[in-house]
Amino acid sequence: MFEELAKKITPWLGGDGPQAAIVLSTRVRLARNLSGLIFPARACMEDKQRILDLVKTALGKCSLKSGHLVSSTEIEGLDRDFLVERHLISPDFMREKDGQGVFISSDESISIMVNEEDHLRIQALKSGFQLKECYQAVSFLERELSQYLKFEHDQQFGYLTSCPTNVGTGLRGSILIHLPGLVLTRRIDEFIGRVSKAGFAVRGFYGEGSEVAGNLFQISNQNTLGRSEENILGDLEGVALKTIEDEEVARNAIFKDAREEIEDKIWRSYGILRHARLLSSTEVMNLLSALRLGVGRQVLEDLSLPIINEVLFLCQPAHLQKYFNKQMNSQERDVSRAELVRSKLSSSKNNGRKRKGRSEEQN
Amino acid sequence: MLCQDCKKKESSVHLTQIVNNQKVALHLCQECAEKRGFQNPFAGGMFPLSEMLASVTSGIVEKKGGALATLKCPGCGMHFSDFSKTGRFGCGQCYTTFRAQLTQMLSKIHGSTEHKGAVPPATKVDLTAEVSKERQLENEMKKAIAAEDFEKAARLRDQLKGRPTHKKK
Repeated sequence: MFEELAKKITPWLGGDGPQAAIVLSTRVRLARNLSGLIFPARACMEDKQRILDLVKTALGKCSLKSGHLVSSTEIEGLDRDFLVERHLISPDFMREKDGQGVFISSDESISIMVNEEDHLRIQALKSGFQLKECYQAVSFLERELSQYLKFEHDQQFGYLTSCPTNVGTGLRGSILIHLPGLVLTRRIDEFIGRVSKAGFAVRGFYGEGSEVAGNLFQISNQNTLGRSEENILGDLEGVALKTIEDEEVARNAIFKDAREEIEDKIWRSYGILRHARLLSSTEVMNLLSALRLGVGRQVLEDLSLPIINEVLFLCQPAHLQKYFNKQMNSQERDVSRAELVRSKLSSSKNNGRKRKGRSEEQN
Repeated sequence: MLCQDCKKKESSVHLTQIVNNQKVALHLCQECAEKRGFQNPFAGGMFPLSEMLASVTSGIVEKKGGALATLKCPGCGMHFSDFSKTGRFGCGQCYTTFRAQLTQMLSKIHGSTEHKGAVPPATKVDLTAEVSKERQLENEMKKAIAAEDFEKAARLRDQLKGRPTHKKK
């Protein structure tokens, strides 16, 4: 399953969209429950099936036509990891095998998890910094669905959710952001402190239990109650813009004060990726972080953000196994990963413009 | 593992921080974590507040003890102690049942107890009657036919004629 999806990079990592050199992607989700029905964690299978039926029928009546509702029973082990890696389902999805489903639009910009923690988790994913666009997409779909589905809502508490940390708007916006400048200039602590103090969460790329690999961070709102959707997203946008600005300042400082060192780091990373025979997932993420910085600053002119995103993406364990179409253990994956990186980067070099040594010309 | 700060209590908050470009792991008890001002940025996956939630709710149980213990949600049969363990409610009615406790808790989590966002529009079409039960019975009927249990299939067909839906725990 999902063989076709596996061949192409997910559009939300397309390397385009506003601020793509710093912000990889934006995600907004709404949590909703159907009125009068038990939340998934306590619901019996019959209830869950009923919810799936209702959502499926309602979706059929919405204007969103291209996409599929896949039942959790159809999703095999590797496919589940694959969808988690594509951010189309959460790591919590399918802790139980039955009674869940996920709708995925053909362009992967919309996914709806059914019977995860809440009856519905409607999410929109876009490349670059596109908070407003993501919210418009989920909000439009939610309004359409609410013509057919009555959502649990309380006058005082707003939309009711399984966990009270989501109650009210049920809205979570998050951006995936690349901050090598703040990490290298040792300002990342200050950033984390400031952002969490302002009521936002900062997490590593993979969310739960993850290390912060590749200098990639996720910033998301924590509060969902007491403010309008527009205000919540407005604040998140403010924090994100400030972070982008700080990151740009940090990158400028690095390239001004330590140009040789940073260019050396970028070229060495490129060298390792072009020639290594064994690459772990974390190592690739960290090396690609340097390459991404280099591309943003026109140091590596053969490469482009889409190539870097593609490699980053395909190097994840489930994607790698899908790509090579075989089950692999960790050691085998490291070999295949190195092979994939070499082939992707060398074909990019041949296709790309001839390197001109721009930094030498400038100096 | 004991808390790294007070070295007395068992650690319950595990954080990974980045200090001077180095990852540093911290294992703290709830109290010491709060003293350091942690809002738990890295732990907790998609629901960053779930750990904090447990500490917020445990206070409520201790304070209100007896009266709260007998309170049970009529919608899903949940007790407040069940919620304290999981941090998840069982149904929408839980919010009515535990409104008093929730108000206190929500103001700690969100700094507010009043929703100010979007309100659902009136539903235009009620699908509940239209599809779900019927489809389910249809499926069972198909299965019964496939299993050549025609007696059961006939019974299901009869049920398909306007039987009221029932809530089942």
